[in-house]
Amino acid sequence: MNDILAGFRDPEVARRLVDEIHRIAVEPCTLMEVCGTHTMAIAKHGLRGVMPETIKLLSGPGCPVCVTANPDIDLAIEIARQPGVVLTTFGDMMKVPGSYSSLSTEKSEGRDIRIVYSPLDSLAIAEREPDKHVVFLGVGFETTAPTVALTIREAARRKLPNWSALSLHKTVPGALEALVVDPEVRVTGFILPGHVSTIIGTGPYEFLAREYGVPGVITGFEPVDVLQGVWMLAKQLAEGRAEIEIAYGRGVHAEGNPSAVAAIDASFERCDAEWRGIGVIPGTGLALRPEFAEYDARTRVPVAVPEPREIKGCQCGDVLRGVVLPFDCKLFGRACTPEHPVGPCMVSSEGSCAAYYRYTDYGKE
Amino acid sequence: MCLAIPARIVSEPNEIEMAEVDILGVKRHVSLMMTPDAKLGDHVLVHAGFAIQVVDEEFAAESLEMLNSMGIKHADELAAELDGSDETAGVPAS
Amino acid sequence: MRSDRILLAHGSGGTMMKELIEEVFVAGFGDEVLLRMDDAAALDFPGSRLAFSTDTYVVHPLFFPGGDIGRLAVCGTVNDVATSGARPLYLSVGFVLEEGMPVEDLKRILISMHDAAAEAGVRIVTGDTKVVERGHGDGCYINTAGVGVLPDGVDLSGSHCRPGDAVLLSGTLGDHGIAIVSTREGLEFSTDIRTDAAPLAALVSAVLEAAPDVRCFRDPTRGGLASTLNELAGASGVSITVNETDVPVNDQVRGASEMLGYDVFQVANEGKMVAVVPPEQAEAALAAMKGAPYGAEAAIIGSVAESPAGKVYVRTAFGATRIMDMLVGEQLPRIC
Repeated sequence: MNDILAGFRDPEVARRLVDEIHRIAVEPCTLMEVCGTHTMAIAKHGLRGVMPETIKLLSGPGCPVCVTANPDIDLAIEIARQPGVVLTTFGDMMKVPGSYSSLSTEKSEGRDIRIVYSPLDSLAIAEREPDKHVVFLGVGFETTAPTVALTIREAARRKLPNWSALSLHKTVPGALEALVVDPEVRVTGFILPGHVSTIIGTGPYEFLAREYGVPGVITGFEPVDVLQGVWMLAKQLAEGRAEIEIAYGRGVHAEGNPSAVAAIDASFERCDAEWRGIGVIPGTGLALRPEFAEYDARTRVPVAVPEPREIKGCQCGDVLRGVVLPFDCKLFGRACTPEHPVGPCMVSSEGSCAAYYRYTDYGKE
Repeated sequence: MCLAIPARIVSEPNEIEMAEVDILGVKRHVSLMMTPDAKLGDHVLVHAGFAIQVVDEEFAAESLEMLNSMGIKHADELAAELDGSDETAGVPAS
Repeated sequence: MRSDRILLAHGSGGTMMKELIEEVFVAGFGDEVLLRMDDAAALDFPGSRLAFSTDTYVVHPLFFPGGDIGRLAVCGTVNDVATSGARPLYLSVGFVLEEGMPVEDLKRILISMHDAAAEAGVRIVTGDTKVVERGHGDGCYINTAGVGVLPDGVDLSGSHCRPGDAVLLSGTLGDHGIAIVSTREGLEFSTDIRTDAAPLAALVSAVLEAAPDVRCFRDPTRGGLASTLNELAGASGVSITVNETDVPVNDQVRGASEMLGYDVFQVANEGKMVAVVPPEQAEAALAAMKGAPYGAEAAIIGSVAESPAGKVYVRTAFGATRIMDMLVGEQLPRIC
């Protein structure tokens, strides 16, 4: 496996792809990488610097932490404040600021908040500590949603009385539609997220090509993968095609992973979801189905959430839509740094702002 | 948005579909609930403690072969341009 | 000792404390100066310049693959003293014990401190113990302070790095941090990785002998190599570039880092030394490191340049260059 991955990190192969991209990308175009891990890979490997002047790369809303809205984080915090509750979640969520606080601040003030690698690990905590009510805070797109869906199923199978899930999960295709219809956002092609597509396949993206004439290429995360994705997009644009293609065939099949999709549908139903910076997008949220109400933290741990507050001057919303670059925000690198993040794009290490801050010499640009 | 890394399945799944995987020698139990076709010895993509797909190793080898052969026919015509593109390589596009 | 648990009374100054000191600490360390039980240790000192350092150790769990808090507390301070170029001689030890701690655990910690001190060639000559109420400590905290003798003419400083210098690393990165995290609740994975905690005074003195103009030594502990190199670049007003492919990293550390989303340059080490050496002495320094205990996998990992001042870069295997950023806050596993 390492040998295979090594091939996708081979500078010589990358160089050939870069040459090909330079050769065929004659017309100016704007490509949006939807996925934060792509933003990281592009920054980490310096790929922005090897693109021809005709290709502009924009970072889209591809980080589930970044797009989590203040009221949702406020809700998680209120739940963590309830006596007897252990809030478990992924490490990514700890530093995200809500309206007034963050999970990391709450932990320092004595709330029982624990980080797990897998949602299944939170079931083990619930079994070990029957006197506590263990809540798993689920964030993430289609890649992560089935892991939580199956954990809910597993909790039900084990009849765990002291475990529930708070779903803040979101789905990607609806957000892409919101972006293509936004007059401020001008995207000529999408670098589509590899691991979301592992689950959902090509079908849910077809409308982009069919209805809006915008091509998309599902792309992996090694440097050669990313360049291959850009190359296939440039090729489609040069040939006047708009299709949904896969540049990450080792991890993505056109039909996706039907077992995973079935798992999502069995535990969750669609609901409206608020995306930071974009607003409410109908049908892009995932709520627990009523038959799993006893595993839904929203019903098991009812709380009153204070009126949310938005942060002044933060342009995360515009960054997420690809309307401005992180450098353009007045707070970037001054009031807002990874040590003291103001907006979520700086908090998450794969957020656009954090990736720009970490991997580029922002001071010189 | 989502880290998923290749890992090799090194044990038969137990009664709750958990199997041990190996990531460069590090071992952990992950759930195979989403990959019912995964077999001992397969590589799977692991995300948050779940295998989310069996890695298509044949496809990976083929795409590398394709990429390795690419551009060769243009090599001569590109030779002259190469230095030029190297210069742009150092300049941020943004 | 009549009790097999630490009691508050063991910190009270009375007979129980005397019992703890005589039967546990003195038996554990057994140094002749310590045996005198004076409030201060009177010591022979073979030089005119002294290096002096202190550090406090808090780690959970107290015992972890390949080591424990005791080994850490000796090696950490020995290495801090050694970075100045000094030969460490004496250590003091202060314990904060939590009421209820098993005495057996304390004895195990003392044995490992004794062994690490013997290996490092330092003597534990004075100490102190306090006991805190249950719930007010994490089993055991340890402070150690160390003194060493500085050879004449040795003047090392993180501000001495010059353009052209070579950056050496004494071995693989990240072993300690990964060994610790592998035991954390909710993250458990199995690995053969053990802490690298080790005393490096002999390695430092070998390098110093082979490369007398060495600019500085640093041990990349918390914050990992990234913090150490950023500090050096800042202090010297230079830029440092590390070649990713030249940095030794165990496969399992790499695997665990990928799984958890860690940057291996930010993972803690407890038995590694960074040396910055003028280019003409780099090969000699490397050979000395490789020949010293715990240095077999040493490598030249990068070099110093004039500008941009204060910046540290990584040249990736892929050929691109990125910033080697410092750890922000706590290292947390991530899924994104």
